[in-house]
Amino acid sequence: MNSVAFLVIAIITLSGALAAAALPKLIHAALSLVIVFVGVAAYFFLLGAEFVGLVQVFVYIGAVAVLIVFTILLTRRELTGDRGINWGGAIVALAVFGGLLWTILKTKSLAIRAPQIEPLTVKRIGEVLMTNYVWPLQCVGLVLTAALIGALILVMEEKREER
Amino acid sequence: MSGAFLDQIFLRAKEWLLSPLAGAPDWLIQIVSSLINISGVLGVFLTLFAAISVLERKILGRMQNRYGPNRVGPFGLFQPVADGIKMLIKEDVVPARADKVVHFLAPILVAATAILALGVIPYGRNMTPFTIDGGILFFFAVGSTTELAVFMAGWGSNNKFSMLGAMRAIAQMVSYELPLILTTLPVVMIVGALSPDAIVAAQGGYSFGVLPHWFVTTPWGAAAFILFFISGLVESNRTPFDVPEGESEIVAGHMTEYSGFKYATFFMAEYFGMFAISGLAVTLFLGGWHSPIAALNFIPSYFWFFLKLSALLFVYIWVRGTLPRTRVDQIMNFAWKFMLPMAFTLIVAAAVWHYQGRGLAGWLWSLAVIAIVYFALSRLLDTRKKFAPRTYRFAE
Repeated sequence: MNSVAFLVIAIITLSGALAAAALPKLIHAALSLVIVFVGVAAYFFLLGAEFVGLVQVFVYIGAVAVLIVFTILLTRRELTGDRGINWGGAIVALAVFGGLLWTILKTKSLAIRAPQIEPLTVKRIGEVLMTNYVWPLQCVGLVLTAALIGALILVMEEKREER
Repeated sequence: MSGAFLDQIFLRAKEWLLSPLAGAPDWLIQIVSSLINISGVLGVFLTLFAAISVLERKILGRMQNRYGPNRVGPFGLFQPVADGIKMLIKEDVVPARADKVVHFLAPILVAATAILALGVIPYGRNMTPFTIDGGILFFFAVGSTTELAVFMAGWGSNNKFSMLGAMRAIAQMVSYELPLILTTLPVVMIVGALSPDAIVAAQGGYSFGVLPHWFVTTPWGAAAFILFFISGLVESNRTPFDVPEGESEIVAGHMTEYSGFKYATFFMAEYFGMFAISGLAVTLFLGGWHSPIAALNFIPSYFWFFLKLSALLFVYIWVRGTLPRTRVDQIMNFAWKFMLPMAFTLIVAAAVWHYQGRGLAGWLWSLAVIAIVYFALSRLLDTRKKFAPRTYRFAE
């Protein structure tokens, strides 16, 4: 049952990724990327990490995908001119893929079987975040606040000097 | 125990439906059980949708001193049937320059997300169609996908009005998602769980048998409920905040190029979204399926849920019949300058309530926190504009 689900999700996710890379219209590519995000969220659900799966949907579809779509919308019109296959890019991509595959297959961690663990509850995540990982959490909060203030300063209206 | 029997009658019906499958494998039973839940939710809410579409026109008619629909059947009650048939047999027009696939997928995605969000709400004792540990998070995760669907509708139509409407819709939905989520945070904090069932269970019990322990009876709960309700109005694009489809400016916003059944699907999704947000408001603040007085506990739990839901839906219609449409900049200013600081304040107020022992002292202290911030905010945001009757220079 689980391996069938794994296969189905893998096919959907990979075809979404392929479409995102190959479709000529940018907006179609962005929407195919959403399928990939859904696929990854489905994997998290399959592995019993409910919370992470929900956050994946929430952040990547609700925020990142909308952001991508909005930037495409606000920055450019339809691109014309046919685009052939970029052979140099294809070779580099294949080389990177091959290298990664070779490295992964060489590692010993593939032989280790995952221990059976109980599914993570939201309560447990909250407790761990507030005790063991409170410093990283605060640091991330600080970085995000800085980013927010930076974005505000960028779009702030500049007061013209009166002469 | 006829009360308890009536209370669980739908569960018994489901058990009876599942009984022929007693020897079947687990996954089959699971699938059939989910299908029963899904058809139950769809059946109930499609009926409610049909009822509310005629009731809304009736109530609006009453508010505007006219009859409303009264031709089809007794008191115009068969109006939804006539509307449905009309929508089904209308021609489905797709613009020649439209992005066909995206244009087709948008209404499906809008309806699907609205229906999914309805799944996690507890409609009665043991009556949650889809029980999940992070139910509240699921609701918002699914709800945030709606923005993408609205964008697809606007983009796929290849029409200026559609695009403008979609941009307005996304702008206001993104802005109001923040207060919407932040106002649920106090409840989640106090209960200590993200599952709607736990939140409803935490609101059981009564003081002196007449005062229910709903969160709306605390100062932070009442304020959060009002903020949540306003955000809900915006998220479902209802009247004071319906700039995305403002028919006097941009035809019908992202729905301009849709006709026939696709338009009906958008319409249905809007109402389903309204049901979902109201249902969540009932779950979070109005005690879910608990009865208001301990003595009335013999009445089935789902009755109370749908009574509260109908009351909220009536307020939606009431607001629509009363208030004019706001401007886009007014909506945005309201979200970022008032709703957001108030939502943050409510988190503090709820914490104060909790650490003062959840009694009368906590009640007064949290009220004080909210009142101070509220008055400070209203002084700060006061534009000191004088409002006077408009005078005309050349026309009199």
